[in-house]
Amino acid sequence: MLSLERLGVRYGGHVALCEVSLDVARGEVVALVGPNGSGKSTLMRAVAGLARHDGRIGFAGGARVGFMPQDFGSRAALSVLEVVLLGRLRTLALRVDRDDVDAAALLLGRLGIAELAHRLIGELSGGQRQLVFLAQVLAGVPAVLLLDEPTSALDLRNQLELLGLVRRLTREKGLATIVSLHDLNTAARFADRVAVLCAGRLHATGEPRAVFTAAMLRAVYGVEADVGADSNGVPVVTVQRACTGPQTDPTAP
Amino acid sequence: MSAADLVWAGYRRRAARRMAVLLAAAAAIVATTLLDVATGPAFLPLAAVGRSLARLAEDRTVDAIVWSIRLPVALMALAVGAALGLSGAIMQTILNNPLASSYTLGISAGAGFGAALVIVLGAALPVSEAYAVPASAFIFAGIACAGVSLIGGVRGATPEMLVLAGIALLFLFQALLSLLQYVASPEALQQIVFWLFGSLQRTTWPKLAIVAAVVALCVPALLRDSWRLTAMRLGDERAKALGVDVKSLRLRAFTLISLLTGVAVAFVGTIGFIGLVAPHVARIFVGEDQRFLLPASAAAGMAILSAASAASKLIVPGALFPIGIVTAMIGVPFFVVLILRARRAYW
Repeated sequence: MLSLERLGVRYGGHVALCEVSLDVARGEVVALVGPNGSGKSTLMRAVAGLARHDGRIGFAGGARVGFMPQDFGSRAALSVLEVVLLGRLRTLALRVDRDDVDAAALLLGRLGIAELAHRLIGELSGGQRQLVFLAQVLAGVPAVLLLDEPTSALDLRNQLELLGLVRRLTREKGLATIVSLHDLNTAARFADRVAVLCAGRLHATGEPRAVFTAAMLRAVYGVEADVGADSNGVPVVTVQRACTGPQTDPTAP
Repeated sequence: MSAADLVWAGYRRRAARRMAVLLAAAAAIVATTLLDVATGPAFLPLAAVGRSLARLAEDRTVDAIVWSIRLPVALMALAVGAALGLSGAIMQTILNNPLASSYTLGISAGAGFGAALVIVLGAALPVSEAYAVPASAFIFAGIACAGVSLIGGVRGATPEMLVLAGIALLFLFQALLSLLQYVASPEALQQIVFWLFGSLQRTTWPKLAIVAAVVALCVPALLRDSWRLTAMRLGDERAKALGVDVKSLRLRAFTLISLLTGVAVAFVGTIGFIGLVAPHVARIFVGEDQRFLLPASAAAGMAILSAASAASKLIVPGALFPIGIVTAMIGVPFFVVLILRARRAYW
């Protein structure tokens, strides 16, 4: 569905992403993890067509991309419904009809925030805003879904619900989904595969239990950690401490 | 009632409330326009004004005052108010900045410099000043606008960079204007100062037709982009992710801004306050869905300038106070009260 081949992005002289190759199948959720500045957002921006890149990005059948950037707040005097309607920008006419509003209302209902429909976006909490922007992206009926840290402002329950919904929608509608996350345990629980970025390069990719190892955590994050498993065999990472001494260069051959 | 029904009902209610605001604004505009036509050295009873406008007046003098002198001025106040309100609203939206307006970002200053240049060169020019002053003001407003939008065309330019570029242009044109004032003859200096105050009194029917035509041409173009403009208020990145070609939208918007501001300022001089304030007043009442904000900003600009035009004739009976000064004197307290009373965060 989505295929990245030797994807590279430069900002001026700085290499933000270097030769990243990754495939995401229909109905699959890939979690993108890695330290701050490792290129997670850059990868998503490139796939969404917002960053100039080298290499090749292939979509099956010209699939539509839905990208939810990181949330930096918004003080616009726009209602939640208006923000979600903007997700249908490509087809929205000057006169909004019942179908447009119904589609937005359905998504707000699925995310459990239908009662916020007429509140102003600037009055919401960060977590509520993230749910609204997810509804906006879904309103565009994307085939490729890119979510940049969608749970950063959510409480535990909302994190579970949002990622559960993303996984369900991905399966139901056959989407190819990439979600960037900081919490490795959440990534292990919800993603079919994880892709670990470090200093702009793809360090490892595969099922969470194969990728999340003490050696990977030491090399990529510079931490000592225990990796166990829960009753379902999903890996559970427990960080012990920061590594002492110089961090090994994970990009070294 | 299902959740979808409730959301739809809420949407309809909100839309109806906004339409009611626009209708109330239209009624206010009719009232201020009638008052504007009625006031002057000879106060005309509103009934007489109404009869004359309906072509039912028996008195030829009233007809002459209304149709030849006061109506074009009153309608020019509406056309210029609409042009400045619209250009301010677009500018604040595409630059994502509540302080943006053609006055604060150097476009009016560019026009002022253009006008002053012709006034100072005066007799040296082969064409009549009556045409050369507005033409030069229009051209320099366009140059200032092009300057700001060229910077927007540079790769990686942010809205903040555009705002800073506009402010830099404001200082540049003000300095150049000061230079012209420094070298101008006392007569030219007086003319420049008068022009900078702004005045609706030079209005003629042909000039009014030009301003009105530009506004009428720009409105459909703006409404066609209204959803894309709304998306801009969520920030460049999100707008791009939604499929907006931000660069080309900004270019289109700047072209319309330079037309609207240029033509308004060219014929009536610099009236600064409206482009900044009218969109804020509109935003308080209708929010930022640009399908409503753009007409509401135009309406707010029309009402404010029309009221100021009437007031400029009433402050000192028999004399005409410069409209630019009156606009700010009436508008600032009104605006401050409004933003202090606005219960919801609106920017």
